[in-house]
Formats: sequence, C-alpha cells, structure tokens
Amino acid sequence: MLLYVLCLVLFCVGLYGVLRKRNLVKMIVGLGIIEYSMNLFFVLVGYKYHGRAPIDAQGQLIAQMVDPLPQALVLTSIVIGLGVTALIISIAIRIYEKYGTFDITKIKKLKG
Amino acid sequence: MELYILLIFMIFAAIVAIEVKDLLSSVIAVGAVGFALCLAFLVLKAPDLAITQLVVEILCLIILIRATIKKDLPLVIEGRWVFNTISTLAFVAVFLFFAWQAITELPAFGEPLMVVVKKYLAEGTAKTGAVNLVTAVILDFRAYDTLGEATVLFTSVIGIMAVLRRPGRKKIEK
Amino acid sequence: MIDNPKTGMTLIVKTITRLTIGLILLFGIYIILHGHLSPGGGFAGGVIVALSFVHMMLAFGKDVAVSKVSKDLASNLESIGAIMFLLVAMLGFLGGSFFLNIFSKGEPFRLFSSGTIIFSNLSIGIKVGVGLFAIFLALVILEKSKKE
Repeated sequence: MLLYVLCLVLFCVGLYGVLRKRNLVKMIVGLGIIEYSMNLFFVLVGYKYHGRAPIDAQGQLIAQMVDPLPQALVLTSIVIGLGVTALIISIAIRIYEKYGTFDITKIKKLKG
Repeated sequence: MELYILLIFMIFAAIVAIEVKDLLSSVIAVGAVGFALCLAFLVLKAPDLAITQLVVEILCLIILIRATIKKDLPLVIEGRWVFNTISTLAFVAVFLFFAWQAITELPAFGEPLMVVVKKYLAEGTAKTGAVNLVTAVILDFRAYDTLGEATVLFTSVIGIMAVLRRPGRKKIEK
Repeated sequence: MIDNPKTGMTLIVKTITRLTIGLILLFGIYIILHGHLSPGGGFAGGVIVALSFVHMMLAFGKDVAVSKVSKDLASNLESIGAIMFLLVAMLGFLGGSFFLNIFSKGEPFRLFSSGTIIFSNLSIGIKVGVGLFAIFLALVILEKSKKE
C-alpha cells in the first residue's frame, strides 16, 4: 500500500510542476513525470508475489506469472507518450520563435 | 525493498527537475527519473517494458536537449507568489484526499485479481502460437488497442509536420 | 560528402559510428523479428531502428542522413507501415472476423510460428521506426532553416 502512496506522491510532484511553474519547458517536464508515474502505477497493480515474467520457457511449466494485461496497455502508452511529448515540444519551439521566450506570463498576445 | 529505494530516488529526481533553475539540468534530471523507471520495470518482472522505456527515454532526451539547448532561461519574477503556491498546494491536497479514498479500495500490492488474464495465461500460447504473452495480448487478443495506438502515433507525426513546416508563399510576399 | 570535415562531429566519432551503426540496425531488426519469442517486439525494435538513423544524423550531419532517407521517403514508408497493419487486420475477414489469426500457428519456440503476429510486428516496427525518424528530421530541418 505504501508503494501506491509513493507513486501518487510522484504524480503530485508532476502536477505541482504543471500548475505552478511559468516556464513552458518546466511544464513539459511535469507532464512527463505524470506520465511516468501513471505507467508505474499500472504495472504495480499487476504485480504478483513470486511471479515470473509472462514469457514461457522451453520444457518447464511456470505456475506463477505476473499479470500481462497492464504491461500490454503500458507498452502502447509509452510510445504514445513519446509522440505527444514531441508534438508539445514542436509547439513550444514555434512559440519561442514567435515571442522569444518560454515564459507564459510574457506571452500576452496569444490570440487565435 | 528495491522498489522503495527506486521510488524515493525518482521522487527526489523529480523535485530537482521541477525546481532547478537551469533548463539543461532539468532535462537531465528527467532522464534520471526515466532510467530509474526502467530499473523499476525490470524489478517488477516486465522486461518488454524495460527495453521500450530505455530506448524511448534516450530518444526523448535527444529531442528535449536539441529543443532546449542554447535557449537560456530568463529570470522569472513571479507576482503573487504566496497566493499561487497556496492555491496549488490546496489543489494537490484535495487530489491526494480523493486518491487515497480510491486506493483503499484496490486489492493489496502483490495479490492482483487476475480475472480476465486467467484465460489468457491458460490458452495464450496454444491459441496464438506466441510464447511471449505480452505480444500475444497486444497483437492478438487486444489488437484493436494497437490499431488505435498506431492511429494516434500517425496523427502526432502529421501534427508535427503541420506545425513545423516552412511558412507558405503568401506570408513571404507580405 | 561523408568525409567532409566541416559537417558533423570529429573523425573519431565518425569512425566509431561507421563501425557500430550497422550492428545497431541489425539489433533493431532482430528485436522486431523475435518479438513473439523473447522480450521486445515492434515498438522497442522500431525505436532502436529510429535511433540508428538518429545516430547517423548526429555524427555525420544532416545532409548525409537526408541522402540516405529523405523526408518524402520517410512519410511514404510510414504510410506503408500503417496500411500494412490494416491489411494484416483485414486478412482476418477471410476467416470470418477482423484481426483473426488465420495462418497456421506452427510449432512454438520456432521463428516462423504464431501466424499473423510476425507480420503485425514487422509493420508496426516499420511504422514506429520511420515515424520517429520523421519527427526528428522535421525538428532538425526547422533548426537549419531558422539559422539561414
């Protein structure tokens, strides 16, 4: 149970970064940390004590395996996360080119 | 035990990444979080995820460093510092309260329910012929999810091409 | 163009890159093809293939990488990967439903087993690898055009 709470604390650190920081790169970093903590949470829910990795071995019968379903969902989620991060970074680069800063309080003319 | 050490390390690295002044140091601290996550996946018996997280983290770091290098952080003077911090912390506290309510309903760590997966584990290799059950799940039992993932990745590549393309001829004439 | 000392990094980096880049690409293809037997699969292998191209671009400069894989070729290959995955899914209609594994399953622990999964892995590997390389290429081309 303590592991779940630590995972949530990691989520809250990322949430604080997204809400409080004024720099666009810091907000992207916070989003990345949120994504990591959620991936870890899914895998933590599927873990089984004394379980083995969900891969069959030749000539042995494996009785205990960890849950492969959250692992499969997280596997697609990691690659989606990379694509989304790259998209946000490209938008941030465009904003930097136009306004010359990453500071969101100085971007007052952001209309349309 | 290893998991506690890794998680505490990840939390410290995340705090460093959020609070440090230099942008390059912040990006490198995020890389530390990602590699610790890769080790945590390895401890949790998920080798597929560990490989994917390792290589994705490397590519993500290269892209982030290329984006942020040579762009120095101007010193941000933040107005209403106390009010903003207190409201953010209040929001985080409300989130933590409801998340705690949800967590107490979950099954304990190490004893998952495994209702759907029981069937996959029993019949997976015989039905699909794949030895690696994670691959059997993502490409046979739940292939619709993978199709949706491919669509999302395609959309994000198209979005990046659209955002980063050179300005059109109309703008140059002006 | 490859040995031009003005583009890319120093001679040491270029020599080491020339030795290792083929091995990295080969390792990515190995991970893709053995996705149903060992850890890995289309996603991890695709990212490794993309990393080998990124490695080439970082060491030799932009022009060499573009001469090997241009932006149009990358876009076309990514579309081909997506269409291949959809075609593998459509093959299931021959047996009755979407995403049905119609080929023979074969014997486990062999490379050519598990029916359509190996083709799905191949198409996802092409799609992810070329797509991520296209993202990096777009970012680098923007950086160049800004300097001019």
